Amino acid sequence: MSEKEVKNLEEIFEARIARDEKIEPKDWMPEKYRKTHIRQISQHAHSEIVGMLPEGNWISRAPSLRRKVALLAKVQDEAGHGLYLYSACETLGISRNELYEQLHSGKAKYSSIFNYPTVTWADMGAIGWLVDGAAIINQVPLCSTSYGPYARAMVRVCKEESFHQRQGFEIMLKLANGTPEQKEMAQDALNRWWWPSLMMLGPTDAESVHTEQSMKWKLKRKTNDELRQQFIDQTVPQADLLGLTIPDPDLKWNEETGHYDFGNINWDEFWQVVKGHGPCNKERMNARVGAWKRGAWVRDAAMAYAEKKEARKKVSKAS
Amino acid sequence: MSDKKNWPLWEIFVRSKNGLEHRHFGSLHASDAEMALENARDVYTRRSEGVSIWVVESSHITASNPEHNGELFEPAADKVYRHPTFYDLPDEVKHM
Ligand SMILES: [Fe+2]
Ligand SMILES: [Fe+2]
Repeated sequence: MSEKEVKNLEEIFEARIARDEKIEPKDWMPEKYRKTHIRQISQHAHSEIVGMLPEGNWISRAPSLRRKVALLAKVQDEAGHGLYLYSACETLGISRNELYEQLHSGKAKYSSIFNYPTVTWADMGAIGWLVDGAAIINQVPLCSTSYGPYARAMVRVCKEESFHQRQGFEIMLKLANGTPEQKEMAQDALNRWWWPSLMMLGPTDAESVHTEQSMKWKLKRKTNDELRQQFIDQTVPQADLLGLTIPDPDLKWNEETGHYDFGNINWDEFWQVVKGHGPCNKERMNARVGAWKRGAWVRDAAMAYAEKKEARKKVSKAS
Repeated sequence: MSDKKNWPLWEIFVRSKNGLEHRHFGSLHASDAEMALENARDVYTRRSEGVSIWVVESSHITASNPEHNGELFEPAADKVYRHPTFYDLPDEVKHM
């Protein structure tokens, strides 16, 4: 294809998206669109998969059967989210194995929030409430993104997220209304998860390199800073309801803007974690790669069994 | 990484309730059809989203090429006489 032809196709393509048409896997698309989507969708899938680890840590120690089945179901949902997203990503012409390879080698990123440790049961509450809460804010606009398979996966994901957040908030509520020690535990979890949750919504607009292009392709409908403000505005009253204090002395309602003002985010910490120096980066990757390696013989055995069965079917048909 | 063959990809179709058709839900990897069915149950019907599942190995699907949509679907566009509005009837004719 000549340069001019490509340019022409690109214009038609951009116009389709501007008209709110969806792009489907076999449609022509610019290479950059394909690459950007592989990067974003796979990053999203990896986050769901690695995101199971911090919560999986508490399944066996949940304080009651009710909490245990709920947490188990939530973690299972996250596995499902990862699988919806991997399969959406594969429609762009990359194999599942390549995707795993990128995660395991550290070439692909996942959300930095999952590199923080879950040290008490209250962390299960804080994660559901804050981390899933921030994820919902990120994900809802993606239900109408331009790439069909991604949008459809996100619709399914979003339907399931609200249970995640509610079960987390209920855990916080129970602890906040419990003994002084329990309330202290809830406060401690909020103290540790608040700032990482704000960072989870991504670098400030000034530093975000992808925003403009992503807006055009509807991979983003609001900027990181707008999403963060939305998250803060909706979460502060919930913290009040719990009777817990958000660990930000600068947080206060601004009558003029109709939003909460908040303190400075420690972006150095964010970049440290993104670059692999968070408290649990190594532990998470070791757990993930270890599980994949230890499962290799099971995958191979299942495949060998399937091939044997297939061969046997052929023989019995022939005779 | 294992040097054995990877699990193939399967397309999953789910009937959400009797009276409705099976609809494409997504895909997943499994070693055989039976496992694809079981995995599909766990991945796509955790909240009673279905009463019946079909699994088809993705490599068995033949898809039309959107670049040929012109030739493929154009013939339908110029056959306006296939639509009821093509026929001129007086307003007095009721129930038609
Ligand atoms: Fe999720
Ligand atoms: Fe979730």
